[in-house]
Parts: sequence; structure tokens; C-alpha cells
Amino acid sequence: MAEDTRQYTDFYAQAGKLICERSCEVMNAPRAEALQTFSALGFPTKKVERYKYTDVAEDFAPNYGIALTPLEVKNLPYCHRISEAPVDITPYYNKLADRQDAVVALNTMLSVDALVIYVPRNTKVEHPIQISNVLNGEQDTMVNRRILIILEQCAEADIVITDKAVDQMHFLSNQVVEVFAGDGSHLNLYEVEETHLLCTRYSSVFVQQGRDSHVHHTSFTLFNGHTRNRMDICLKGEGSEVILNGCVIADKTQHVDNNTLIDHQVGSCQSSELYKYVLDDSSVGAFAGRILVREGAQKTISNETNANLCATSSARMYTQPMLEIYADDVKCSHGSTVGQMNDEALFYMRQRGIPEKEARLLLKSAFITEVIETIPFEALRDRLHYLVDKRLRGELSKCEGCKLCK
Amino acid sequence: MEEKNEFVREVAEKKYQYGFTTDVQTEVIDKGLSEDVVRLISQKKGEPDWLLEFRLKAFRYWQTLEAPTWGHLKMPEIDYQDISYYANPTAGNSGNSGNSGEIDPELMKTFDKLGIPLEERLALSGTAVDAVMDSVSVKTTFREKLKEKGIIFCSISEAVKEHPELVREYLGSVVPYRDNFFAALNSAVFSDGSFVYIPKGVRCPMELSTYFRINARGTGQFERTLIVCDDDAYVSYLEGCTAPMRDENQLHAAIVEIVVKENAEVKYSTVQNWYPGDAEGKGGVLNLVTKRGHLRGRNSRLSWTQVETGSAITWKYPSCVLSGEGSQAEFYSVAVTNNYQQADTGTKMIHIGKNTKSTIISKGISAGKSQNAYRGLVKVAKTADNARNYSSCDSLLLGSKCGAHTFPYMDVHNNTAVVEHEATTSKISEDQLFYCNQRGINTEEAVSLIVNGYAKEVINKLPMEFAVEAQKLLGVSLEGSVG
Repeated sequence: MAEDTRQYTDFYAQAGKLICERSCEVMNAPRAEALQTFSALGFPTKKVERYKYTDVAEDFAPNYGIALTPLEVKNLPYCHRISEAPVDITPYYNKLADRQDAVVALNTMLSVDALVIYVPRNTKVEHPIQISNVLNGEQDTMVNRRILIILEQCAEADIVITDKAVDQMHFLSNQVVEVFAGDGSHLNLYEVEETHLLCTRYSSVFVQQGRDSHVHHTSFTLFNGHTRNRMDICLKGEGSEVILNGCVIADKTQHVDNNTLIDHQVGSCQSSELYKYVLDDSSVGAFAGRILVREGAQKTISNETNANLCATSSARMYTQPMLEIYADDVKCSHGSTVGQMNDEALFYMRQRGIPEKEARLLLKSAFITEVIETIPFEALRDRLHYLVDKRLRGELSKCEGCKLCK
Repeated sequence: MEEKNEFVREVAEKKYQYGFTTDVQTEVIDKGLSEDVVRLISQKKGEPDWLLEFRLKAFRYWQTLEAPTWGHLKMPEIDYQDISYYANPTAGNSGNSGNSGEIDPELMKTFDKLGIPLEERLALSGTAVDAVMDSVSVKTTFREKLKEKGIIFCSISEAVKEHPELVREYLGSVVPYRDNFFAALNSAVFSDGSFVYIPKGVRCPMELSTYFRINARGTGQFERTLIVCDDDAYVSYLEGCTAPMRDENQLHAAIVEIVVKENAEVKYSTVQNWYPGDAEGKGGVLNLVTKRGHLRGRNSRLSWTQVETGSAITWKYPSCVLSGEGSQAEFYSVAVTNNYQQADTGTKMIHIGKNTKSTIISKGISAGKSQNAYRGLVKVAKTADNARNYSSCDSLLLGSKCGAHTFPYMDVHNNTAVVEHEATTSKISEDQLFYCNQRGINTEEAVSLIVNGYAKEVINKLPMEFAVEAQKLLGVSLEGSVG
């Protein structure tokens, strides 16, 4: 067995019983299989195509204390602890997640509790639901989060997931989200990460969409240490549509890797993807987006754009927009660019008395605005404009406006 | 109905017109690969010790490697012990000994049939040819005329004997034997290929071309081409290839190395028409080639143009290493796959020098049950200030059973670089077809017309004679794929 996985398997050997006691039957059932997969595969190396740009073993190498605290969910509409879910979770839990991915398997093995958001058919959730993940602790900690989102037929919901870190400790969060979007459902899912340089985040989101469903996912990586986001979208029902957007602002030694897959299994679906990166200092950005159009998925419309701004000579960008198409009656396109700020635009602004620093900020913020403007939900849009502005000015060193931070 | 069947048969039969074999006394060494075989090849070619050493080093390294599997390809298992690594069709004769040598009339006829006359008076004006069959160069034309200008154009085996200092300096300097699995294999067992040296300030007065032909059964072809273009020189080089129809897979693992010095320009064009296998995907050539150019000098230029219509499997990435300041590289490609053909091809542009520029235009056309993938890397090193790349890859799908894929990789390590990539995938629009049909052009012809228009951007880059051939090839390769 590889050395790097040992600390986790050893931990499971010791604490497995405790985990099972604190957890419930649905979550305990797949643990043995997950342990087996995890020990057999080990952490993916850079030779694994989907992990080409991230050194997983290194991120998981430090000796973290592993958090095993159950959730507290107090009387929130539609949100439940997995053991208190109003429906049988067995047909959903761990059914979408990639069971051959060691990072996902590790989550399945170690998570104690899961949050279930269940929206019954024909129900519209009035107010957006915010899931706030706050990392605090006196020591270096690893957390395994698990979220299940189930939207029944024609249900509608807006969900915001935010990541924050209070204490200046090393945190590693490993999150797995499974989303079942039923026929005709609408889901807006936003993820905003504003932690600090010592935080490492692994997120794997798996979405399955039914007929005529609509999912809009936007992820913002505003501040972090190492981030690796995996998004797998499976379009299973005809007429479904997915919009995947993302923006990344990185500087110092930050590392952000977004890896997406949109799997068009049936015809007449639409997908669009827009990711934008602003890289400063010695940050590293990676984007790999794969669009797979399966045989018979005719009338697919898909486009993918990845635009990147490298502001210094030590920033690095790796981009890889991929199309894999097995059907002929499709319209698919992708484009990606890596470049720098337009000198003419800078000159124009400076001529008008805007200092160079400010002009650069304006350009960066305009570049990101394209992503923010796709968000249909105004309050969040305003908030993001504010956060992005602060971030670009380098003033966002801790999270804004939450009571936990003094 | 009857008439239609007749037409279909006609099309099926004429599909691969180069599928004949030549009956000529060929010396084939026993199948299998070992150090002894490497020594035997070297001995047969009468090579100096340093080259044998090079081969052995490569062979020992190759033994430590495993065949790569990352391509978007379904590769048949290749049994490297079941291939003969040397086949000499001139065994009854003396082989390529310049212009004076006698050539077996059968060989002469073969190349005539392929449209490559080896008699200088019959040749297309302005093209010198090096004809290679299996492991041996049969004849190189116009050598005397080129010699007057100081240009060296001969088979690599002769170059080893006559210009050892040049070969020794450049061989393996662009594609080292440690480069990859197939490069190591080729370095160990390579047979013939062409060697071109253009001295300083010389503009090569004619197109140089090599024609590769696989003939013998159960053999592989491992050619090696080395082109060195000195300061301020220019050359345009063409490569063509065909093979007979056989129901076994034949291996073709070549290396092409190009060195371009200051202000020099090299144009390398390929029309690849190896036997693609039959309509059921049986047989065909496995085309696993490493091609790379090194733009060493300031303002040097290299352009790759390729039309790929043949081979059961094409797996190659003609690449450019742009280390000279202000150097420019271009890659133009049309890859057509039909029936069960598979292609995973593209290019690598590695920007190292300042103010370097590269352009990639790739057009993929897939029909039948084929899979056609573009894979390309654009890498901008930290030192490559103001590097500029533009890539565009389009795919055209003809039929609902085929696949078209794009896997571009961009690694940018410099903030002054501008890198752009765009790609589209679609089928021929109904409107365009309808427009043609309305005007009395049948669907088959209309498709050929539209495809040719689509590929025009690349075909225009080819020298005249090749462009005509390429256009015809496109038509033939796609015949029967509409409907």
C-alpha cells in the first residue's frame, strides 16, 4: 500500500467503529467498498488525466486532525440531517458520485453526517438557502462534507454554498455534492470560496438532470490556498440545459484547478460554460473542461469558453478545453485564450487621469464582471461585485461580515 | 437497383488504388527483435561503430519502456517479435548507388504506377525524388544537379558513409532516442530515409521529395529523415506514402528531424495515403511517427502541411521547438478518416525564444465509423516574451456513427504571451446540400465540393502537384460515405 494513503486507512481502522456509531445506516453501507477502492487506487498521480495539474498526495500528506462532528440543522425548511430526511435516501446517496475516484471514496469512508436538501414536486423555495461552511479550530483539521440535493419534478431552488475560514490554521476540506434535478426542475447553485492561503479545498460535484431541467452553477474562488473543483454534469433527460460558470482570482502562491465534464447522454440538450481566471504573483491556474456528446445525442448545442488574464511573468496557466463528439447533428464550439491587459485601454484611462494601479483594477474587475452578470439573483450579484472589488484591492484577508470574525 | 449496386461496387473497388504488390526478389531478415538484429541491420548497412553504439543505446533504453496507451485510439496489440525489421527489395541488385546504379525493372514499374517516375527526363519538372521501398532507398534523382549548388540530397545510409560529420552532429539532436517509445524503437532499428543539407544562403531550386512505399509482407518500415537547413537557406520538402492492401496491420514508426538555422525556411508537406484497411477495419498501416523541427536560428521559419487520408491508425504530432528569437512556425493539417480508421493527431508548439509566433490550422473530417481526434500542445516557456499563438481546429462530421474530438492543451508561463484557441464541430449544413441539389449537383458531388472548400485553407498551402493529388484523395477517401 502506498505510504501516502496509510494515515487515512490507519485512522479508519481505529475510528471506523466510532464513525459508524455516529452515522446512520445509509452512510455506513458503502464504507467498506470505499475503503477498498481507496486502498487499491491510492491518491491519483499526475498521470491520471483528470488530476494532471494537481498534486493530490501532497495536499493530503500533512497530518490533519479529522473532524467527526455531526451536523446541527435547526428547523430550517427543506434542510435535513441525513438521518432525519423525509424520504428514503438509499436510492440517492452515493449513487451519482464517481466511486472510482479515491478522493470521493475517502469522503464516503470518513464522513459522519450529510446534509440533505429535499424539495418536493411543484414546490418553489421562496428564499435562497445558504449553506455556510465555517472552518474553525485550534489545530490543523480535515473535514469531510457531504451534501445531497434532491429536487423533485418541477421544483425550484436557489442554493448558495460559502466556504470561510476563521482561524489561521491549516484546513483541508473534502466535499462531495450530489444533485438530482428532476424533470422540469430549476436549480441555481452558487459556490463562493473565501478562505485563506493555508486552506486546501477538494470539491466534487455530481449533477444528474432529468427532462427539461435547468441547472445553473457558478463557482467563485476568491481567496484560497489550494483548490480543486471537480464538476460532473450528466444530462439524462431530453431538453435539459446546464450553465456552468466560474471565476477565479488568484495571487501569491494560490493554486486553482477546475475540472469539468458535461456528459450529453441524450439529444436536444444545451450546455454552456464560461470560466475566467485572473492570475497574479506566482499563482497557478488550471482549467480542463470536457464536453462529451454521446452517440445518438443529436441536436446538442454546446459552447465552452475559458479566458485568462496573467498579470505577472511568474503566474502560470494551463488550459485544456476538450470536445469529444460521437454524434453528427450537433453544434459545438470552444474557445480559450490566455493574454494580458490591453495596453491601449490602460493608456486611455491614464490619459484621463486614472492612476495606473486603479486602471488595472478596473480592467480586472470588468473582466470578471461578465461572469457575475450571469447570476440572476440580484443580492448575490451586488455582494459579489463588492467582494471582487475588495479582493482585487487585496483587502480580503479574512471573511467579510460574519460574526465569527473579530 | 441493379445500377446502384454496380456503382457501389465500382466505388468500393477503386477506393484504394495503390493496393497492389510488387513481385521482386526481396531480402527479408528473420522476424524478431534483439541486440543481434540491431547489429545485423547495422552490419548490412555497413555502418560505422558510433552509429551502432547509438542504435544499441536506443535499443537498451527501448527495452525498459512500455508502449504508451494514452491516445484516443483502440490499438491492436503489436507483437514486436513478429515483425521483420529489415527488408531489402534491391537485394538482386546493388541498391541506391546514385545515378549509375541499375534498377530492377519491376521496381521501376512500381514507382511508375505510383506516378513517381525515376527517370529524370520523365519527372515532373522541378522535383527531385528519393524513392524508398521497405528498408532501402531505391533511387535518388537529380543529385548531380543539386550537388552543383552544394545541396546534399541522398538516402540517410549514404549520408552516413559520405557525410558522417554532418549526420553525427545532427542525428538525434532534435528527437533524442529517449523521447518516446516509438522514437527509441526507431533509433534502434531505423532503415532508410532521406538526408537533406542545404548550405548557407542557398535557395533550393527544386522541390525535394521522398516517396515511401511498404511492399514486403510481415515487415515494418522505420524510416529516418534528417533535414538541415543552414543560415539564410530555403527548401521545400514533400513526402508521400502508400502501401499494398493486406489484411494484417503493418507498423510504420518513423522519425523526421528538421534543423532550421538563422533566417532559414523549411516547408515540409506530407500527403499520407498508407493503406487504411478495408471497410470492416481489417488490416491497414499503423502510422506512429515522431516528427519535430527545431527552429534554432533567429527569424527561422518552419511550416508543416499535412493531408492525412490513409492509415488504419494515425498517431503523430509534427511539432516545432521555437528557440530562435523571432522564429515562426505553422501547422496546417487536414485529417480524413473513414470506415474504421482512427486518428489522434495534431501538433506541439513549444515557444522558448522571444517574439516567437505560431499558427495552427487543423481540419478534421470524420465519416463512417471512424474516430478523429485533434490533440495539440501550445507551451509558452518563461523566457518566451511576446510569444503569440493562434490555433483553430474545426471538425466536420459525416454520418452519425463517427466521432470528432478536440483535446487542446495550453501551458502558459509568461504573462506577455497571447495564446488563442478556438474550435467548432458540426456537420455539413442541410442548406448547403439543398442549394447544391437544387442546382443539379448530386449529393455525393456536393459533399465532395463542400469538403474541398472546407479544406481549401490547408490545401492551398501545398505545392501545386501535391495540391491536385490531395484534392483527388479527399474525394476518393470520402466516396460512399454519404447517406
